[in-house]
This record gives sequence, C-alpha cells and structure tokens, in this order.
Amino acid sequence: MPTIYIDDQALEVAQGENILEACLNAGMDLPYFCWHPAMGSIGSCRQCALVQYQNEEDTKGRIVMGCMTPVTEGARFSLSADNAGEFREAVVESLMLNHPHDCPVCGEGGECHLQDMTVMVGHRDRRYTGKKNTHRNQYLGPLIHHEMNRCITCYRCERYYRDYAGGKDLAAQASHDHVYFGRHEEGVLQSEFSGNLVEVCPTGVFTDKPFLKHYSRKWDLQSAPSICSGCAVGCNIAPGERYGRLKRVHNRYNHEVNGYFLCDRGRFGSGYINSDARLDYAGIKKPDGSFMAVHQQQAIDTAVGWIKNKKVAGIGSPRASLEANYLLRELVGAANFVPGFSDREAAILSTIVRTLKTTTAANPSIKQMEAADAILILGEDVTNTAPRVALGLRQSVRNKAFELAAQMGLPQWQDAAVRNLAQDQRSPMIIVSAMDTRLDDVASQCISLPADDIAAFGYGVAKALSGEKMDDEAVNQVADILFAANSPLVISGTSMLHEGIINSAVAVAEQLHTSGKSSMLSLCVAESNSLGLALLVDDGQSDRAASIPKLAKRASKLDAVIILENTLERRGASGEIQQLFDADSKVISMDILENTTLGNSDLVLPAASYAESQGTLVSSEGRAQRYFPVYQPSAERLPSWQWLLKLAAGCECSELAELEYFDQVVAACANSQPALAQLVDVAPLRDYRNQGLKIPRQTHRYSGRTAMNAGVSVHEPQQPKDTQSPLAFSMEGLNRDEPASLIPYVWSPGWNSNQSLQKFQAEVDGPLKGGTSGAHLISSDGLGAVQPQVSVTANLKPHQWHLVPVHRVHGSDEMSINTDEVAELAGRPFIAIGEKLAEKLGVVEGDGLLVTQHKAEFSLEVKILSRVAKNCVGFSAGYSETLELQPGDLVTLVKDESWVYPTPTMIATDRGAAHV
Amino acid sequence: MSELMPVLLALTILIGGVAGAAILTWFERRLLGVWQDRYGPNRLGPLGIGQVLADMIKLLFKDDWVPPFADKVVFIFAPTAIVVAMMMGFAVVPFAPGMMIIDVNIGLLFFLGMTSLAVYSVLLGGLASNNKYALLGGLRSAAQMVSYEVFMGLSLMGVVMMSGSFSLVDIVEAQTDVWFCFSQILGLIVFVIAGIAESHRLPFDLPEAEHELTAGFHTEYGGMKFAMFMLGEYLGLMLISCMIVTLFFGGWHGPALIGHWLPPLFWFGFKVFIVICFFVLLRAAIPRPRYDQLMSLGWKVMLPITLINLVITGAVLLWMEGAA
Amino acid sequence: MLSELRTIWEVLKHTFTKAETVQYPEEMPYLSPRYRGRIVLTRDPDGEERCVACNLCAAVCPVDCIALQKDTREDGTWYPEFFRINFSRCIMCGMCEEACPTYAIQLTPDFEMCEYDRQNMVYEKENLLINGVGKYPDYNFYRVSGMQTATKDKGQAKNEAAPIDPKSLLP
Repeated sequence: MPTIYIDDQALEVAQGENILEACLNAGMDLPYFCWHPAMGSIGSCRQCALVQYQNEEDTKGRIVMGCMTPVTEGARFSLSADNAGEFREAVVESLMLNHPHDCPVCGEGGECHLQDMTVMVGHRDRRYTGKKNTHRNQYLGPLIHHEMNRCITCYRCERYYRDYAGGKDLAAQASHDHVYFGRHEEGVLQSEFSGNLVEVCPTGVFTDKPFLKHYSRKWDLQSAPSICSGCAVGCNIAPGERYGRLKRVHNRYNHEVNGYFLCDRGRFGSGYINSDARLDYAGIKKPDGSFMAVHQQQAIDTAVGWIKNKKVAGIGSPRASLEANYLLRELVGAANFVPGFSDREAAILSTIVRTLKTTTAANPSIKQMEAADAILILGEDVTNTAPRVALGLRQSVRNKAFELAAQMGLPQWQDAAVRNLAQDQRSPMIIVSAMDTRLDDVASQCISLPADDIAAFGYGVAKALSGEKMDDEAVNQVADILFAANSPLVISGTSMLHEGIINSAVAVAEQLHTSGKSSMLSLCVAESNSLGLALLVDDGQSDRAASIPKLAKRASKLDAVIILENTLERRGASGEIQQLFDADSKVISMDILENTTLGNSDLVLPAASYAESQGTLVSSEGRAQRYFPVYQPSAERLPSWQWLLKLAAGCECSELAELEYFDQVVAACANSQPALAQLVDVAPLRDYRNQGLKIPRQTHRYSGRTAMNAGVSVHEPQQPKDTQSPLAFSMEGLNRDEPASLIPYVWSPGWNSNQSLQKFQAEVDGPLKGGTSGAHLISSDGLGAVQPQVSVTANLKPHQWHLVPVHRVHGSDEMSINTDEVAELAGRPFIAIGEKLAEKLGVVEGDGLLVTQHKAEFSLEVKILSRVAKNCVGFSAGYSETLELQPGDLVTLVKDESWVYPTPTMIATDRGAAHV
Repeated sequence: MSELMPVLLALTILIGGVAGAAILTWFERRLLGVWQDRYGPNRLGPLGIGQVLADMIKLLFKDDWVPPFADKVVFIFAPTAIVVAMMMGFAVVPFAPGMMIIDVNIGLLFFLGMTSLAVYSVLLGGLASNNKYALLGGLRSAAQMVSYEVFMGLSLMGVVMMSGSFSLVDIVEAQTDVWFCFSQILGLIVFVIAGIAESHRLPFDLPEAEHELTAGFHTEYGGMKFAMFMLGEYLGLMLISCMIVTLFFGGWHGPALIGHWLPPLFWFGFKVFIVICFFVLLRAAIPRPRYDQLMSLGWKVMLPITLINLVITGAVLLWMEGAA
Repeated sequence: MLSELRTIWEVLKHTFTKAETVQYPEEMPYLSPRYRGRIVLTRDPDGEERCVACNLCAAVCPVDCIALQKDTREDGTWYPEFFRINFSRCIMCGMCEEACPTYAIQLTPDFEMCEYDRQNMVYEKENLLINGVGKYPDYNFYRVSGMQTATKDKGQAKNEAAPIDPKSLLP
C-alpha cells in the first residue's frame, strides 16, 4: 500500500493504480474524459492534469496526466495548484471551440459529462472568434442517433466499439481537427452492443434514438432498480418513466453481472411496454368470439365462480416472476401445476438444475468468466442467446494480453500499450457449433459439427482429459489446450435443445476439476426466469413433471385452466394445445400483450409488465434478483401476483388469502422449497429505510409535479403510495449508501452524468458501496454430475437436412420483438444455409426457399453463412412465423420460384429526417 | 325621571358601545391608513363606512363552528365574558355631571375588578381551544394581564391620594382647577402603558401575535364568537380611554378658559376621542416587543416608577398638609 | 425610549402626507416591460415557435408548475408537443424566463388573470403562445445552433465553417 500526497494530504492507495483512480477513490473531483474504468487509460484527452512534485522542497513541479501516472511510494501531487487548474480549463476551452450551440436540443443535456466537466473546471466564456468546424451526421440505424458536431475526440466510442465490444463498423476517420467517428458509409451499426455508445460517449454524439423520440431529461425520469427480462443473464437495468410511458432503459451497475454495459435487446427491447397491443382491461369472451371489457372486480368474480371448489390446473411461465409462478402453483396445487416449458426444454432444464446442484465446477458470474484463461463453447451462439456473457468472453480472451503485460511490468490500465504488446495474441477460445457464431472472430478455433456430434466431441474431450488418447486429433488438441489452463471455462446451453450437448459440457467441466483445475461451467438458459421456474418445480426426482400436452389431454376433465403470462404457441405441441382450448374447461389467461393464447381464452386479465410490478428472476448463474415497479400500472392492469392473490382470496384459499404484502409472498415462496430459502435475502424488505427515509424513485430536480396532471384536473392527486417496497414514488428520500439492489439511479452533486456511478462504487471499478445485488440460490454439493453418453445417430435420407436453431438478439425474444425498432432490425424469418448448399440449390442471399417439414411447408428467405456443419440448415428461432420448426427435425429444401422479394420497409425510423 | 336615567343610560351605553366598537374598527383602519400613507377601507359607502356593515354581515353569516377537539362549554362562554366585563366597567364612568349609571364610592375599585375579570375570557378561550397556539396565547395573556394589573392599580393610588376618594365623580371634581395629568405624570404614563397591556392591543398584543402564534388565543374562533372577542377588545379600548380622561384629564371639565363654551359631555367625548387616536397612533408606530422584554419592562421599569410616584405623592401631600 | 417617541412623532407627521395608493382599477398603474406577470411563449422572427422543449424552465421552476413534452418536427428540430403552465401554482418569480436559452418564455406586464374556476388557471400551449417576438426581437435559436434544420444546412449557422469531408486528405 504506497502512500501518496495530494495537496499535502496523505493517501493510502492500492499498488498498481493510477493517480486518477486514486483521486476518485479518495472522493476527489478530478475531471476526465477518455479514461473509462472498464477500458483503462490512453491519455488522449489531457483533462486529468495535475502537478507532480519531485519532493517536498519542489515548489514548481510539472504537469502530468493522472490517468497515465502510476502511484509510487511517497509521490507528491497537487490537484488544486493554479497551473493544473488553468491547464484543465484550457483543455475544456479548446474542446469547446467547435462545440455547437445546441445543448437545449441535445439528448445528452442534463446528463452530459462534458457539461459537468466544463462546470467543474470553471470554463465559461468563449474567447475564440474563429469559425466552428462542422460535420455531416450519419444514419446509424434505428437505435443510435449521430450528431458528430458535438464530438470532443476522446476516442471512447471507437475504443469501446472496436476494442471492447469487437465491432468492426465504427472507427475514427481523417486526421487532425477533421477526426470523424462513424461508419465508412451510412448504415445500421452491426454490433449487438452498440447501445452502450450512448453511455460511453461523454457528450451527445451518440444518443438513444427511441428515447429521443419521446425525450425527457434525466432529472424528469422516475426510475427504479430493475432486472432485464430479455434473456437469462439477469443484467441490472434502470428503466426511466415519465407521463406513464417507459422512456428508456439505462444500465444499472452490477459489479459481478453486467458491469457498465448492456446488450441492445436489453437497452432497446422494452418498447413493447408502451405498445398499443398492451391489455388495459380484463375481458370476458362473448359467444361470437370477441371480448367484452369488464372491471377488475367483475373479472375476479367471474374467475372465482369458475375455479372455486372446482378442478383447476395452472400453467406457469418462465418469463413470469418466481412469486407469480409460486402463487399459481399454490392456488391450483402442485399436482395440477405445469411449469409451462416445452417438453424438450423441461427435460433439459431439469438436467441443468440437477447438474448445478451437484457439479464440482463453479457456476461463474460474468466477472468470473472474464478471468477465464481458456474457453470451450459447446453448441451455443452466446452472443445471441446470452449477449452480455459474450461481451464478457470477449474480455476473457484478453487475459493472454494481460499475462504478457504483467511479464513486461505494464499495468493493465495502460490500454494502448497492452493492446500494442499483445497484437492478435489471445487466450484460447474453442467454439464447437453447428454454424457461425458472433464470437468466431476472437475464437482460436471454430469447429462445425451437427448437434449429436457436438455432444460426442464434448465427451471425447472429457475422455482425452482423463488421459485417454482419442482418434480425433482435434479432440486431443482441445483437451491439451484446456489442460494447460488454470481456470478453464466451459459454456453450453439450451438453445440447441439437445440434452447430450449439456451433458457433454458437464463431463468436460467435471473432468477438468478432477484434473485439478478451478474449472467453471456456465449453462445458458432461454428465458429470464427459466431457471427459477425449474427450481420451483424441481422435487429432487429426475422424472418429468407434468407437461403441457399431458395437461391438454385431460383438459376435458378439468373445470378451468389458469395460464400465467405464457404464449403456448411457443411451447411446441400445437395439436395438443389446440385440444386444450377446444375442451369445455374455462381458460383464464393473464398476460401483458395480446397474443394467440389470450385470443383463445375465455377470460383475459391484463398483467403489468416488469416495469410496473415487482418480482424475482433467477438468472442462469442461479442469482436471484428483484425488480421493482418503476411506475404504477395504468388502466386496470395489475401485477400477476396480485391477480393471483385476489383469485386466492375469492376462493377462500386459506393459506394464500392471508397474504397481503409482496414480502409475505416471498417468505412463503422461500419456505416452500429448500432451494429457494435464500429468496428473502435477495433485496431489503418493504420496511427498509435509509436514514429513516424511503428510497426516492424521482430525482430531487423532478419537475412539473403541479402541472403534469393539471391538464386533466387542477386538483392535484396525491402521490401514489408504495406499500410493497422500500422505494417511494416521490422525490423525498435519500438515494445514497443504500443496498445495491435498491439504487434507482445514479447522481451526485456536480456529477449529473452516469459517470456519477463512481460515487456509488466502493472503489473505482469495484463493487457498489451497498454490496452486490441478488442472492445465489443454488449451492452445489460438489458430488459431481457426470451423465453417461447416450449415442444417437440420425439416419438421413438424401436431400434431408437437420434443422438447427439460429438465434438473433433482435427477433428471437418473444417480448422485445413487439418494439418497433427491434422488429425493424429483426427483419424477416430466414433459413440459413452454407455456401456450397446455396450453390447446389441455385439460390443467393435474399432468395426464397421452400422448407418442407412433415407436411408443413414454409417459404423463407435465404441467408448464407460461412461456416455450416454437414447436413445442417439453420432457421430463425423464436420468430413467430417459424415457431413450428423444431431443432433437430428433418426438412427438405427446394428453391421457391414464386418468391416475392419484399421491398425494404422502414418501420421505426424516419430515416430522412431524424438523423440530420 | 331621575330613577329612569340610569336605565336609559345603560341602554344607550349598551347600544352605543356596540355601535361605537363597530365604527371604531373602521375608524382605526382609516386612521392607520392616514399614518401609513394609504387609504384604508374606502370602497363601501361614504368614506368606506359601509365596510362596518359589510364586516358585520360577513361575521353574522359565518358558520358557527366549534372545533370537535375543543371544550365546548368553556369555548362558547369565553368570548361572552370579555364583553360582559367591559360593559360592566362602563357602569361607573361619569360622562357628564349626573350622567352616569351609578356613582359608587368604590367606583375605581369596581373598574379595576371588571378589567381583571376580562383576563378570564382570554385565558379560558385559549385553554378551551385545545390548540397549541391558543394555549400559548392564553398563557401569555394571563401572565401579561396579572403583571400589569399590579402597576395599573398602584399607578392610580396617586390620584386617589390626591382626590381623597375612590369615587370617580369625586376624582373628576378634584380636577376642576388642575388636571391630574400634570401632578400625576408618572402615574399617567404607567396607566397608559398598563392600559394597552390590559386591553392587549398593539404593541402589546402578545397573546395574539399573529406572526408567532397564528392568532394566539382566538386561533380557533370564527364568526360571531370571534366578533365578540373583537367587540371586547374595542370596548376595552374605549373603557381605558374613558378612564384615562376621567382620572387624568379632568373628565367632563373643559380647558380652563374655553371650558364653559361647550357642554361637559362634548368635552368628555372629545378627550376620549383624542386618547383613542393616540392609541391608534401607538399601533401605527411601535412594533411589538419580545415577550421577555414586555415582562422586564413591567417589573423592572413600571413597578419602580409607580412606587416612586407613590412615595413622592405621599411626601408632597404630607408636606402640604404640614404647610397648611 | 427616545427612539419610540421619535417614531411616534415621525408617524404622526404622516398625517399630512399624501397616500401612495393607486386607485386600481379606476386608475391603472404603470408597469414596466420587465414586470413579472402572465407568462407567454413567443415566436422567433420567422414566425416559428421559439420553444425547443429543452425543459430548463420546468427544471428551474420552484413550484414545479411547468410541464411539457418534447416532440420532433419533420426536419429534426425540437418543439413542445404540449406545454402547460398551472397558473394557480405560479408565483411569477421569472426564473423560467431567466433559464430559457431561446427567449421563448417571457413574462409580461399583465397580472389580471383571475378566474372563477381554478381549472381555467391551467394554460396549455395554445393559450400561452403569442404571435410575436416579445422583448427580444431578433433572436432565432436555430440560426445560432449547430443543429441542421429544413432551412439551414450544416455549417450555415452563425460562426460555422462548411462541413468537413472526412475522406479528403487535404489539411
């Protein structure tokens, strides 16, 4: 622990830090632009200048850059010295020479790091009388707005987009004061992580385009801590609301999970919450098939009449909260509860739960994955199924670079030097998949195999690791690479819906552990609460739980079925599901958006989205995290758990009827299963107070309180009371030093931008002062979880191909696709084939192919991939048009001669105007 | 006729007192307007005198409301007490020779007794309201009035010694030649100040003190009950003015040379008018003291002055007796 | 004590001074153009709404009586979709005018805005907008701002050079 002196104040600092980090850790305000805690220093903006003195006698000193100067024992600095202050002010003044006069019409205004730093250094008046440089803007797709005039050339965007996120299509161009950050030509940014440019850019060059359409200032947004429901990674988000509309989603820092970054699905995929397809009122189906809107109480009375003392079954949902699923299960009884997975997924998930409870390998957080020094990915396109994990994996391949840097005595934060040293040397990452993945560019080896062979490959690697010599040289090679690593990581997942692949991944991870490695095993699951639901229904016996088809078959013997936020169309077995709807039993569904299941129900109940309700989601890491309502649900929407409680009260269901508060539901849920016991520790209970006050959802500058509702009535309504959580729908309270799971937004005096996060961190880039949010539900008993290999060989007829699901960040997710911008990016459903096959079939990209499966025929657009395993074709998974295609099915392909080439459509963007 | 005289006079005072107090509210506001370079109520009727009527109508039609948390009986009784006490005080005031309701030989003591009773009104009103501001106001008024009662009584002893009687008629008669305002200047000063404190008018309105205590003891009062308090206050103002004139300014006697030009009743009324104007002037000019300042003024300045006054008066009287 | 007597004397002297009161409404007082009365939204010299919906007036309003929502015109310029002032809360402090970067919001010397129904004190944009420039005749924000508009290309704002061609190698 070296001691340094800043303005004669002695500071104990950590070895290896730079002065900027030391100052920020000490709570001092040292301005900066180009430095970013996740991306290190390059010293390009010259803003974090301070004066360094040789010794105590030295009064003159010299100006150094804080971010480029490592701490050394006894070093003396001054932050307040006149020449350092003047230097910093002069830097801002020169940055402002070309800054356009447009803060009032800038989407960054009010949370602009440049504004903060300008105020901090004290620059006020423009002295330069020359002309300002101007730039033309580019259209960068429906998500990101470009306004190049505002650029201060800190290079953060390029360093993030290219170096950190591995994007290829955004770079610095031109030279001197002509430097331009953009694409080589206008077009949609290709990276799945482009949205982070909004938060990385210290000024308003890249702003959130959907947010800009219904823009509100940061200080006007009402925010709450929330969890992304886009996939099973469980990134922490901070959605902001105003005028009853979810305006935007911002990153909420979680040291162990998402850090500073989100994927574009998480950031931009919540627009469906404002969609016109949202249900506002409950509806009872009339004989003619249309719905009659009814009030809450009437709907509940009707439902109670159908279910009270009757034979009722319930279908849960992997995208509903754990508490709602639990309540439904209690309401209908465990024997009548179906988790709501497809049969194949249910089987795999029960394997995963069993594995996680017994495996000797660690189930890592993203932070831990970033420390892996060798990675084996089996059958998963992580970038599209668990995007934020993929961004972490892109960092883990840099461990080779850090290793080299350590040998040279270079600190990790010397970003340019470390990258220059390593060049293209990366830690090994082996991808075994059926098709292209978005991580191929950083992989050391990509192996294309069909699903069954991937499983066989995995088992082969496990055997090779145990010392056996395998016939396949590639297998031995991979085993050697993993064996050479200290903390190897094995990743697989449910996206191929192939149990063998998962089991083979487990076998590799277990064998690595046996070989004395600290091995890690991460299994991606499909939906935000897949693992939580699997845990809830896991009774320790390996046999199948009740499945939807089984339930459908005995539907005629039931009086009613309650469906919780589940679109059954997506769960396979369409014939049986139709049986369920055709039976005489009443179907009661609650959901957020209109869908086919609701259309087939007898009573629909409008459910609140994640932004209007609270609940717990369990990520694929086994981390249970709580989301809180950002605003009160409008119209007659209710959170599902409240609908279910009302139904339970109506049925005089003795145990549930006593529950009133969410906390009580959580406690009851935690008691129901030993695996869920940690649930009560996920977030503070509703009586938590911070210095005697609730946590405010609104900023202290929240404006318009006495006018926003005055258009309806001048008599101001009372602020809504939140009796269910420790947060308040108000600006009163204290947003400081609270537990990490309760931070609704970050702000600190003088730091209006998201850079104020450092005031909430215990140390730079470290955990938050309030710890890490969430609780780990699954603890392994470490007995080992190896499953024997089941060898399968498929018999293919000529001209038949295996279907392989191809997931897309934009398009494969059920909910986010209802957001206009996401729908635009998702494009049309497709069939993905290799170049050779395309040649054989005589099609090029954009043509149509007739895909025949059993008797069904689909006409799909052709996408051509560079790397496709033998006998495999990919299909767009999760797109509503291709729901009936199942992974592993055999299909035949013929060119569609009558293919109509669709004209390009612009749904969400007004391309002509919005980007100028 | 002479038997009917007190009854008629009593009726006249009853009606005249109420009407006078009402007009006084308007007159005071107009006068304050003059001294504060504005107009005061000037919209309704000639010179705005209609304001009196408007205020009365407003007060009469207000909801007769008793707070649910108040002590109902005492709450209603309190405002009547001050009016009754002040009205009774007028019984001994000699307006003109023979023109008084009753000439008792302890007239002065009767007057002091009646003003002392008024404190109950304020105190009970404050306590019965069951409101912290009202309670504070009530407590202040009790302490203030009990304190100033002492000097008020003592300051008059000089007058009594010089006239040799408690009868107000005798006191007025004793001033036929020289008014007591010259010989009893210290007594006058103390009596005037104590009189303001007794009627808790500005600058000594600490029981109300709207800047600190909302409205003090009558915070919870509205409508006619509030009007009674106001009536009591203005009656008190008139009564104190009458007593000042009677005790120190020769009552119905006019000034030495021109006194006989006009009837005694005129002179009495005229002098009372001047004294009232002086009270309004005090209100316009002097800010309210702090509560501790009020009390220290009373006990540390007023009490010594009255005692000195008594000693001097007594000494002079004895000396004159001896000389005679 | 002497100061009290002097005060009484000074006050008494006012018996002979004239009342300062202005007999409103028979006699209208003079209000300077800077008087802080009813709030209006002005237009720029070209007749367009000056307000760019930057929200600064709402943020600075001490009684939070201004609410607005930003919207975008065809050419990308900003304007308020709705702009509402609740005058039953407004204290006419003028801080919104001080905060306004485009001179859009201005206070006028009109204070006669009593209503029998409180709801009528809520002014929407159509009630606030006037057909004039108010106190600042010449200012047009978009002529100064670097933002491209329908009538002004990049580089045509005040003090701007023509757009840079990043593909050019010339210095």
